[in-house]
Amino acid sequence: MSSVRPLSQVPPGAEAQIRGFDPLCQEPHRLREMGLLPGTTIKLVRWAPLGDPLEVKVRGYHLSLRKAQADHIEVIYSD
Amino acid sequence: MTSSVNAVPQARVTTFALVGNPNCGKTTLFNALTGMRQMVGNYPGVTVEKKVGEMFSLHGEPIQVIDLPGAYSLSPRSPDEAITRDVLMGRLADTRQPDQIVCVLDASNLERNLFLATQVLDLGLPTILVLNMMDLAEAKGFRVDTAALSRELGVPVVACQASHKVGIIELKQAMGRNHPPPSVRQWRVPGSMEPGLAELTACLTTENKIARSRVFSEALMYLTDDKSRNEAGLSSRCQRVIEEIDQRFRQKGFDCHEAVVTARYHYIQEVCDRVARGGAANTPDISDRLDSVLTHPIWGWAIFLGLMGVMFFSIFTLANYPKEWIESGFAALANQIKNSMAVGDLRDLITDGALAGVGGVLVFLPQILTLFFFIGLLEDTGYMARAAFIMDRLMSRVGLHGKSFIPMLSSYACAIPGIMATRTIENPKDRLVTILVAPLMSCSARLPVYTLMIATLLPEQKVPALQKAGIMMALYLFGTATAFFFAWLFKKTLMRGETPVLIMELPPYRRPSLPSVLMQMISRSKLFVKRAGTVILGLSILLWFLAAYPKAGSGSASPQLAQSFAGKLGRSIEPIIKPLGFDWKIGIGLISSFAAREVFVSTMSIVYNVEDSSDVTLPLRDTMLKEKWPDGTAVFTPLVCISLMVFYVLAMQCVSTIAVVRRETNSWRWPLFQLFYMTGSAYLASLIVYQTGRLLGF
Repeated sequence: MSSVRPLSQVPPGAEAQIRGFDPLCQEPHRLREMGLLPGTTIKLVRWAPLGDPLEVKVRGYHLSLRKAQADHIEVIYSD
Repeated sequence: MTSSVNAVPQARVTTFALVGNPNCGKTTLFNALTGMRQMVGNYPGVTVEKKVGEMFSLHGEPIQVIDLPGAYSLSPRSPDEAITRDVLMGRLADTRQPDQIVCVLDASNLERNLFLATQVLDLGLPTILVLNMMDLAEAKGFRVDTAALSRELGVPVVACQASHKVGIIELKQAMGRNHPPPSVRQWRVPGSMEPGLAELTACLTTENKIARSRVFSEALMYLTDDKSRNEAGLSSRCQRVIEEIDQRFRQKGFDCHEAVVTARYHYIQEVCDRVARGGAANTPDISDRLDSVLTHPIWGWAIFLGLMGVMFFSIFTLANYPKEWIESGFAALANQIKNSMAVGDLRDLITDGALAGVGGVLVFLPQILTLFFFIGLLEDTGYMARAAFIMDRLMSRVGLHGKSFIPMLSSYACAIPGIMATRTIENPKDRLVTILVAPLMSCSARLPVYTLMIATLLPEQKVPALQKAGIMMALYLFGTATAFFFAWLFKKTLMRGETPVLIMELPPYRRPSLPSVLMQMISRSKLFVKRAGTVILGLSILLWFLAAYPKAGSGSASPQLAQSFAGKLGRSIEPIIKPLGFDWKIGIGLISSFAAREVFVSTMSIVYNVEDSSDVTLPLRDTMLKEKWPDGTAVFTPLVCISLMVFYVLAMQCVSTIAVVRRETNSWRWPLFQLFYMTGSAYLASLIVYQTGRLLGF
């Protein structure tokens, strides 16, 4: 089953497809420029030791985002 | 009319701009190309480092290279990125648009690096692409066909491993080409944007006389980045055209920025499919494996704390040896001059003013060099981003960014390198808040004062060392807690605005290159000596003057210092500091502390020991304990000691820091604000401590 959910709800180690940013997402321009576009595969690698921020892998590189941002990135996740 | 040297025809030195994403190895390449022929300065009005170097082509012609700040995009998000765009597009008044561009790509992270490259290639300047870190890419099983990439993009492509100086000759050869052709845009603009772009380029060409080669990228910038419109001196007609086009798109719900980014990445994907092979994304590489340990909930913390401990220890203790050598060297030099020159003001000006000032600057160097060495190492290996990743949650509690952690930690050693280390923070507000609170972290100059006051507070021999250490620890904790409190307060009030956003790359781990770490360390330290040094020297001479004039008569009973302006100042502030329990002699100590806090100790020994006409020099502590107010009560009661310590934890008493903050923020506003808020809260806190203590009967 595939479902739409925020990036922050993807289990660590799992991959998902970016669907888009909701209107509350901050700096969507920069996220797109960094290669986070609809259809791009994104992997949630891990959460930081204190539970925030999180680390994702996208287009072969690693990026760190706070949960507050990942809450507003919609992904398609199939389990 | 400007009559200029340009009227004389002379061979103009070709200027290359070096541009690329952060962490693409651009600086290593810059060092490999220019060696030690580098100059570091600042772009006017901002604190972005301007690095210019000189090199020679294979034919021996001089070439100037500008190392631009790393950028992910030409739609800037930080002052650094804005400088990169402005230099490349010739928008800066004092920096000529470069003649050619070397665009550096991390071959192991090709897709995202090509995004900036497509923007650079739009500029219509002769461009060379450098595929750096080919070794890393190949280790990942990723192969790039440079010849095919060159055909696709229509520009020369050179494969390099800058850290091993591989490919440098080939790059120099490419840089020496005669009449290189301008780059030509290969990707296709979304069809729906073409009419609007054509209209705007026509307007920009006729109205603003923008050169044909770069008019496309400028038009695209205005349509996709609305902030850029306000900065440019656009004609009103062009502004109207932009607004009309904007309106049309907005009605249709069309996002220009999104469309252009999508089109670029679409093109990039096509190119990569044709020129690159391999790179199975899911096999964990060395970086992944290292990360699973270094950001591990337990091991990650252990290693992090260990590394910070080593760094702190080195700044605190190792750097102390050269610091002492410099101090004793300058003392010996001053003695030498004192013995060989005739007694007089000139001699004193040289030894107590100028030499003390120069020494005061150089004495910071060991700590600054050590700190910058570690910072360079942490940045070069890629660990810095992990430290920020681990600490971000804690720092975000007070509204700061994980990157504020290192500057604040460094400030325990000395606020000056700490403040200079804030340059790694992109967000100007976060950076400013970090600068404002950094001096609250107890620096090593407070240590001698703390030591003296703790000894005065607990004079008995049998006091356990643990108790003294406990007080010391409490002072450090008090300063740190106050720093976090003010950071939180400033983020809530002065620096309100957007909630902090973190979009931080975690670059792959790399073996650090020692020459590049050392080079960075030296160039940053040079900047400190040059910029802060002059102010510190000037103020040291001023402080000397205040202590040396007016002259006490030869028969005068009271010492020179008491007669001087500084002494008078001490007396005149006594009514203000008396509620804190301080007399005018402590007042002199407070004033002289502005040269550097540790001066308090030497000033107090001058104030007390010189006044004590007996030849026996008692330990300062014992003299202080015997000190009495005119009414016969002791000056240094335990309460006064605590009040004084609280004052030293909080007060801004360091001209060097003020000078550096002035340089880093480019205005007197922030250092003055810092002086008042810190000294004000110090006064208040000491007042509360002393008066409450008195009420409670201490």
